[in-house]
Amino acid sequence: MSAVLKPDPAPLVRLRDLKVTFATRDRTVHAVNGVDLDLAAGEVLCILGESGSGKSVTLRALMKLLPKFARVSGGIEVAGKDVNAMSERQLANFRGTDVAMVFQEPMTALDPVFTIGRQIAETVQRHEGASRSVANARALELLELVQIPSAKRRLDAYPHELSGGLRQRAMIAVALACRPKLLLADEPTTALDATVQIQVLLLLRELQERLDMGVIFVTHDLGVAGEIADRVAVMYAGRVVEEGPVAGLMAGPLHPYAQGLLGATVHAGLRGQRLTTIPGAPPTLEMAPTDCAFSPRCPHVREDCLQRVPPLTSPVPGRQARCVLVGDGA
Amino acid sequence: METIEDSGRTARPLLSIRGLQKHFPLKGGLLGRTLAVVRAVDGVEFDVRDGETLGIVGESGCGKSTTARLLMRLMEPDAGTMLFEGRAVEESAGGLTLREYRRQVQMVFQDSYASLNPRLTIEETIAFAPRVHGLSASEAIERARELLAAVGLAPENFARRYPHELSGGQRQRINIARALALRPKLVILDEPVSALDKSVEAQVLNLLLDLKAEFGLTYVFISHDLNVVQYISDRVLVMYLGEVVEMGPVGAIYDRPGHPYTRALLDSRPSMDPAKRRTTPPLTGDPPNPVNPPSGCRFRTRCPYADAVCAERKPIMADLGDGHVVACHMASAGSGHPLAGRLYEAPLAEMVA
Repeated sequence: MSAVLKPDPAPLVRLRDLKVTFATRDRTVHAVNGVDLDLAAGEVLCILGESGSGKSVTLRALMKLLPKFARVSGGIEVAGKDVNAMSERQLANFRGTDVAMVFQEPMTALDPVFTIGRQIAETVQRHEGASRSVANARALELLELVQIPSAKRRLDAYPHELSGGLRQRAMIAVALACRPKLLLADEPTTALDATVQIQVLLLLRELQERLDMGVIFVTHDLGVAGEIADRVAVMYAGRVVEEGPVAGLMAGPLHPYAQGLLGATVHAGLRGQRLTTIPGAPPTLEMAPTDCAFSPRCPHVREDCLQRVPPLTSPVPGRQARCVLVGDGA
Repeated sequence: METIEDSGRTARPLLSIRGLQKHFPLKGGLLGRTLAVVRAVDGVEFDVRDGETLGIVGESGCGKSTTARLLMRLMEPDAGTMLFEGRAVEESAGGLTLREYRRQVQMVFQDSYASLNPRLTIEETIAFAPRVHGLSASEAIERARELLAAVGLAPENFARRYPHELSGGQRQRINIARALALRPKLVILDEPVSALDKSVEAQVLNLLLDLKAEFGLTYVFISHDLNVVQYISDRVLVMYLGEVVEMGPVGAIYDRPGHPYTRALLDSRPSMDPAKRRTTPPLTGDPPNPVNPPSGCRFRTRCPYADAVCAERKPIMADLGDGHVVACHMASAGSGHPLAGRLYEAPLAEMVA
């Protein structure tokens, strides 16, 4: 099942057969159904998918941020540590120093009653045991790092006093406070305006290179992936259906779902043409799929699609897809 | 002023907006005094031609959604005139009453769930307006079922269901069907696909184009997504801080954008090609707050070509030909700007403010 994706002996992130189900009294949802992913240090991976594909749940599992009623199984290793086995106390240290997260909506991630400066300094004090003055100096440094203009004055600002773009930068500063090795980003630019989105994307890319962080970036936007990713993993119904370097995937996706997604994305030059669509809707995932979950919507469906979950095959080194039509060239 | 293409339809605009204005006072303090005024829509003028799709783009706070609500008369404008088929939309002699106006003009909102009544079945929702406007119950239900079929939802499966039983894309189809229930001429679509997944977005866009052809509709399509607006619009209007900065045929706006803001906005789109990644953003900073907009040209605080004249005087709408107009001092000769009349000589590559 768990094919070794990269020869690298010690990847920063190593997910093996990750499964997450949410069981409530009313119903059970199989959100993630066996995800294998590796991330090398200093690499940017985009997880691309639509709502309900399991991309955000996968991201949260890496930090053990899922609610108590979630059942999680599989191997989750970050920076050589087994996340599943961590105690609450170990987790508190792990979050912030090894891995940090930025969210779509900074207003809910920042504390409204503390100034930006205090929130960053507190993180530094808590994790590194630094003195208050050292922590305050670090807070200023971090605001300058994320290119907030008049950083000194902004230290005393409360989150609601900042514009959307500055708030997003402040949240990135909080996340970077203890120099994490891994940054998890859950649609951090989706709520931003076009001219601000590109600024934040370029900032993240610059910071990632400068601090040599690994980044996992969840998005539904192909354009965003094209702008920031080294590699892309496309998720559908709780599984990775295709994975590979960004240029190859954008130029010629292998899996019919990835092909459909690319075809359905409106871009320049499509005017006057009918958009290609993917008929139907994703499965509800009340049962874990036992066949190719995309088969009911797939234009190329055939009998063996329905017999089992297609294995990952690799027609070219470094690229993989979970489709019976994609041959194994490796 | 502009040449109007011969489309075989009437040359008179379907809807004509002049001097539209809406300010929101910010009250506060002990006595509830007005502390400041949000200039959400400030002197907006445009025509919607019969049978076209007019796209309105801009970032948050530019006034595009307020404009939509004013067009629908969900709020009263402070000033300005609206002519629908040449008749003023107002309760006066010869005027079009709101009731008459809203038979002709309908709206689809971004939030497909919040805009449906959760206690009504799908067919009751669609039949509601025709009932209010005088159709019998059976006629209204029949029309609802026809419209369900027209938006691609089989009536026998969907008519008796409730909004919470549907997906986002299906709910947006219901909203579109409801908007068409009174057989309107004009449909205002306020971010109709923004909350949908990409594969569903494409389905709804195809549907909108089909319905437009089938029912002879005119659309005002408001969106922050520049690619979607390019795909669906015949003409495009760009707004910035409550004002129209540029307007013209879709080809002119996307191929030869005149206003520095339009250029930056188009240049901010992710490239879709990892080989063509950008290294510097076209603009820095966020759009300013519409509470205290800059004097003169409102874009001057972020504009790389801003000159003294931009702070002193508001630019007039300059005609670039073919119905392409732009509000920039560089576009009008004799405006006093160093690059006056030489708009396209301002290099695109140096867009970093």
